[in-house]
Amino acid sequence: MEKDKAPDRIDRVDARAKVTGTASYAADHKIQNTVYGLLVGSTVAKGRIKSIDTKAAEKASGVLAVLTYFNTPKLPGYTTGKDPSKPPTGGQPLRFFATNEIFYYDQAIALVVADTYERVLHAAKLVKAQYEKATHKTSLEDNLATAKVPTGPRQEDYTRGEADSYKNAPVKIEQEYYHPVEVHNPMELGSIVAFWEGAEKVTVYTKTQGVQATQKSISDAFKLPLGNVTVHARHIGGAFGMGLRTWPYEIAAVMAAKKVGKPLKLVLHREQMFTNVGYRPATKQKIGLGATADGKLIGLTHEATGNTSAYEEFTEATVNISRFMYACPNVTTRYRLVPLNVCTPIWMRGPGEATGAFALESAMDELAHALKLDPVEFRVRNHADSDPEKNLPWSSKYLKECYEMGAERIGWKNRKLQPRTNQDGDWLVGYGMGAGSFGAMRWVASVKGILQPEGKLRLQCSVNDMGPGTATMMTAVAADIMGLPPGRIIIEMGSTGLPPGPMQGGSNVTATVGSAVHDVCFAMKEQIAALASKAGSVFSKANSQQLKAEDLLFSENGLSLKSDTSVRLSYSEFFKQNGLPAVEVTKESKGTEQPYSSYSFSVHFVKLRVHPATGRIKIDHVVSCADAGTIVSPKTSESQMIGGAVGGIGMALMEDMVIDQRFGRPINNNLADYHVPVNADIPTVDVLFVNKKDPIIGPMGSKGLGEIALVGVAPAIANAVFNATGKRLRELPITRDKLLEV
Amino acid sequence: MAKKGSGQNQAEENYLNESRRNFFKQSSLLTALAVTPPAFLKAAEEGLDEKAAGYFEKMPLAIQINGVNHDLSVEPRTTLLDLIREQLALPGTKKGCDHGQCGACTVHVNGNRVLSCLTLAVTAEGKKVTTIEGLADGEKLHPMQEAFIKYDGFQCGYCTPGQIMSGIACIREGHANSDDEIREYMSGNICRCGAYPNIVKAIADVKKGGQTL
Repeated sequence: MEKDKAPDRIDRVDARAKVTGTASYAADHKIQNTVYGLLVGSTVAKGRIKSIDTKAAEKASGVLAVLTYFNTPKLPGYTTGKDPSKPPTGGQPLRFFATNEIFYYDQAIALVVADTYERVLHAAKLVKAQYEKATHKTSLEDNLATAKVPTGPRQEDYTRGEADSYKNAPVKIEQEYYHPVEVHNPMELGSIVAFWEGAEKVTVYTKTQGVQATQKSISDAFKLPLGNVTVHARHIGGAFGMGLRTWPYEIAAVMAAKKVGKPLKLVLHREQMFTNVGYRPATKQKIGLGATADGKLIGLTHEATGNTSAYEEFTEATVNISRFMYACPNVTTRYRLVPLNVCTPIWMRGPGEATGAFALESAMDELAHALKLDPVEFRVRNHADSDPEKNLPWSSKYLKECYEMGAERIGWKNRKLQPRTNQDGDWLVGYGMGAGSFGAMRWVASVKGILQPEGKLRLQCSVNDMGPGTATMMTAVAADIMGLPPGRIIIEMGSTGLPPGPMQGGSNVTATVGSAVHDVCFAMKEQIAALASKAGSVFSKANSQQLKAEDLLFSENGLSLKSDTSVRLSYSEFFKQNGLPAVEVTKESKGTEQPYSSYSFSVHFVKLRVHPATGRIKIDHVVSCADAGTIVSPKTSESQMIGGAVGGIGMALMEDMVIDQRFGRPINNNLADYHVPVNADIPTVDVLFVNKKDPIIGPMGSKGLGEIALVGVAPAIANAVFNATGKRLRELPITRDKLLEV
Repeated sequence: MAKKGSGQNQAEENYLNESRRNFFKQSSLLTALAVTPPAFLKAAEEGLDEKAAGYFEKMPLAIQINGVNHDLSVEPRTTLLDLIREQLALPGTKKGCDHGQCGACTVHVNGNRVLSCLTLAVTAEGKKVTTIEGLADGEKLHPMQEAFIKYDGFQCGYCTPGQIMSGIACIREGHANSDDEIREYMSGNICRCGAYPNIVKAIADVKKGGQTL
């Protein structure tokens, strides 16, 4: 991206496919003679399967197989993955039917296969099991005593300066915060189509955020050479983290396809999306925060206890944000896990940071109130000019700019310092803000570029696009460098067999894949310049010097000499003269260890109204500001930020998977009872980007965006509710009942 | 969407009458079986239910989808959603919950928006169904499709077919007179990526354009 040039607002490149229904998601792939699989779940949360009666199901019309613990041999690689040091989880991954032990409610006890969907739906209801029940644990609150220190890296207790020194500060607060289980619930259900060619080769279309990772998981489980497993996931219907691992249902479907020797489609029910494919874990947090009378932080202690499953150890960076977010000499963090009889959690958008920021940013607001300080001013006074955890300079940080532009746009000057003093008719008006951060990462990606004679550029990478606009971002980067209109760039992505790209997670993709596209395009220009310098070419005749890429102009019409644009050739003529069918470049590109600390930052401002008699909360306006380095694709980036704000509104006001502790099962595992934001809940969301290049992270200077879009939204809302009502709610979601009972 | 001549309508009517007769014939057979349970159970034990089911489980269905007439044989328990996705190879309409809670499966039946997951296919007998695949006129997109691209009314695109079908109906119903009204009448279509503000902009823009939809 050239400096000071406003980036083009190109349309999402796969928009046409998405509005015409031709974008194919996993379950849309039609293969002849496909049969249907369905999982039957356990009705108990802990215990052992004594017996399963599958007779009626097996006799039902069209049924081809019923897989259970009693008739299914263990997979050759069923123990693979037992390595607690490897993310996302430590412990033994669950393999359906490899054990008769029940770890959680709705864990699959059978997989029924039939020739039509209607028939499998009926047959699955005929499977009956007998259990030897055991006492389950499903409540975080009731089992805090069993909390343990996790084994993963960066999870040990942390102290900078003096431990728990907030206790001695002149002004201090000490509070507990809680949020319940929140479920990703992408609109696309967990879906897989699997088919085998013989006993050694399998192809799957599945809902994954990384085809390479799924390929590895299937290859490990079935002990197949990597090359014998093909995974496709060009389009996935959202995931927000739930596609960051291969789930037991996917392995089970591949197993069932092998058993029946036919292509098999398995689509989870929405109910199973709550119980079998992860969620944001329930987390109890405690913050102690102390400052001098003039608002300089002295001490910060952040403790968090989240839940994991009874068979794996899932960790996230819940408390880590407190180590670097503010300049504070004394910081202590402690993180614990409680194993429960539930499915293993998985990272959900802005994973631990969103959880941690709810507590930290609420606490900052509480202390600002105690100090009688404006919450923005309080944060500015404690701005971390360098990373206090790593003792490194930031690669770039424009958080103060975010505070300023957001405060201006929301009308922060209209906020009253004293809560419950801003009334509009029957409504109480409140303003709140919260900041967020997430590590800016650049991993490794390979991209292949093929410039074709008709002036079309083909870019290939196995990375997929769950919605943020990865293909659009790649197009924007290449169009800018190659001087081509976006329509001339063809993206091939989302399949193994293409040059390997990263998982779509951790907000890394623009920095990782975008940089690889950048490198490929520049290498391609150099290669073309070298060809143009060859004796006999029109360019070498006009310019006897060895040509460099910058001596040439690249456009949709072909090449011309910068010093004399009348010297030009179309790509087709140029390739013909060089006897080449196309120019191909493949590059691996990765970030390097630098003596800098790289994070993206965001600030969210909220204006809302509360109706005191009914407890109704109406959000009027959200302003989300981001320091994410250079914004390559503004149109899709704005949508991504809006989406984060909407997710944060759900987290703050609605989302709560309620477990009936008597039975250890959810009581609201459907989209009517588990509330997510709908259109009427969402106001105008303004998105503001600092859009300044990070000079370290990569050639375009882009940091990540997906996580910071959500991190800090929930506390901004909680803080605005406090400003409106004077009531501090420390337990999410903030529902009317809680607001009215305080 | 209507592309049928009057001769075809007559043929359709005959067909519908024929279908009804078949249905009654089958129903009386089923009744006969129901009053002789021992014989039926014995047949089931001997595995004859498999063959019998193949015959009895299906009903004829005449339905027009995206302007194309289909004479089908479907199970009465088959939903309109599963019919168009699994049997007619029109996967543009999406399954998000199968309980009418999310709107991803929204299609038009005789011009009105319906949740195809809550609609038994046989109840659409003789009706005209439009799915997302039937909106564009060849290469020319429907104005609502154009507007969704212009305002980026989606991210992952999974709820989009349902949003677009609902958005068109929202205008047709006269429920797109303000942003707040659009928000209210589009609240049956969940978008987990959170594209709501852009969806509202797209619908408001099409409404402003004043085209007949």
